[in-house]
Amino acid sequence: MKAVRATPLPRSLGHNSGMEAPILSVQHLRKRYGDATVVDNVSFDIAPGECLGVIGPNGAGKTTTIRMCLGHTVPDGGSITAFGRPMPQDALAIKAQLGVVSQMDTLDPDFSCAENLLVYGRYFGMKDAAIRARIPQLLEFAALTHKADAKPGELSGGMKRRLSLARALVNDPRLLLLDEPTTGLDPQARHLMWERLQLLLQQGKSILLTTHFMDEAERLCSRLLVLDHGKKIAEGKPRDLIAQHLEPDVVEVFGVGAMALVDSPLRSLAARLEVSGETVFFYTHDASALMLGLAAHPQLRTLHRPANLEDLFLKLTGRQIREDA
Amino acid sequence: MMKESVWRAPRLSLRFWPVFLRNLLVWRKLAIPSLVGNIAEPLMWLVAFGYGMGALVGQITVAGPLGPVQVPYILFLASGSICMSAMQAASFEALYSAFSRMHVQKTWDGIMNAPVGLDDIVLAEMLWAAFKALFTVTAILGVMLALGISHSPKLLVAWPVLLGVGITFSCIALIFNALATGYDFFTYYFTLFLTPMMFLSGVFFPLEQLPLAVRVVADWLPLSNAVQLVRPLFMDQWPADVARHALVLVGYTVVAFWVALALTRKRFRM
Repeated sequence: MKAVRATPLPRSLGHNSGMEAPILSVQHLRKRYGDATVVDNVSFDIAPGECLGVIGPNGAGKTTTIRMCLGHTVPDGGSITAFGRPMPQDALAIKAQLGVVSQMDTLDPDFSCAENLLVYGRYFGMKDAAIRARIPQLLEFAALTHKADAKPGELSGGMKRRLSLARALVNDPRLLLLDEPTTGLDPQARHLMWERLQLLLQQGKSILLTTHFMDEAERLCSRLLVLDHGKKIAEGKPRDLIAQHLEPDVVEVFGVGAMALVDSPLRSLAARLEVSGETVFFYTHDASALMLGLAAHPQLRTLHRPANLEDLFLKLTGRQIREDA
Repeated sequence: MMKESVWRAPRLSLRFWPVFLRNLLVWRKLAIPSLVGNIAEPLMWLVAFGYGMGALVGQITVAGPLGPVQVPYILFLASGSICMSAMQAASFEALYSAFSRMHVQKTWDGIMNAPVGLDDIVLAEMLWAAFKALFTVTAILGVMLALGISHSPKLLVAWPVLLGVGITFSCIALIFNALATGYDFFTYYFTLFLTPMMFLSGVFFPLEQLPLAVRVVADWLPLSNAVQLVRPLFMDQWPADVARHALVLVGYTVVAFWVALALTRKRFRM
């Protein structure tokens, strides 16, 4: 078997201007399961060096889209091209240049961290000597050098995710597909994961990332794709999307009597108002008058902050709990 | 886009090898306890039944190419039970262990994120289960030689035949692996399929003891064909109807592998 790809880890291509041909191009993708259309005419591109975030509620079609990009699910329509090759026809050649971290860890529980990397590298047709030469770098990257001989069962959740990431890098991939890479991690572990992903972007890797964390999307992604019910409902840079869909300021008001504000004169000071549970959200272009007005209600608790991705997400996909969530 | 049929031809390549190596590497860590488990039980059966029952039964008459031959019961039992051991070792590995890797640990999902196709993973699991059977059989053969049950030089031929038996039964077991929803499912396979087959394949007593109608069915069971190939080799004779027995086993193997592959593709929606 031929070694598909085995070049050393450190490479500095720098950020890409995005003028080159897309590294991954998805056009009019469609997938149906029975009567339910889970992915409905979704199109997007990823430029070299870009990090595209896919956000959306549970059941929006994020994982199905990733599965189709991996050739694990055959689309009912549309096309996927990666590195200029068609998916799923050239699935193996494409996967030789991909790194994947799936939602659930699939680490081998019987192997140490180092063995997990060795065995995984072999699936890419890499020679043992070439993999062994990379293992120290990969472990160091994952901050797991001291755990080289530990088995996954002895690792914390964050360590396992980082080992999964290191394993996805064994073949020095050009594109990483990360399906909720930080779900279930504590803040420290999440920040370490972000730091590592930013390092990879600096090295010129491209990333497709799904996430439920809006701070993660805002921090890492140069562009976002918002999916809901299988459809693309928005696409753009995080800041642009917020500016495009939302007023810049948000004032959250909660506490006894907050609901009464909905019908009070203060309402006219906000461009838009939303109620969720016991909290009233005022969206406004200038919060100063509203804040003055609220000062007359000292029993209420207020939080004045800039509009963020979470607001955007909730505006686009609604605040109601999904049945399958 | 047209979805290809799950019944399309197998796409096999050398990419199965790192998957086989993976299983070998796990097993090497657990080889000694697994060796004890694999050979202790068949040997207990052999010793308890062979010597215990053998004392009651004495010699047993077996049809040979040159007419009926009298053989000690323990030789009769040893030659049949080694086929049974190959069957059980392969089945156990291709059911419980393969299911753990496929469904519980999601090892297969991880492998499929690398450039290895599902067909090659199924091939690797099939060959791995057959290898485990060969390993078990080799250990038992060693003990049988040490006990002096048979010293036939034709045992060298029995060895690859038993590998073939392992391959046949790992293919069949992988069908049930593809259909399984949990470990409990395999109990049905063992109690409703393998156990009756043990009694209908001439492992413990000659098939001539069975009513004719039952024998007609028994003649087409994979295990009985395996026993009829292996038993004469233990008695330093060449088996009769080699082509027929071999064809039955090869037929089961090819059909079972194809079905197992199709059902596994269906399970993975590929």
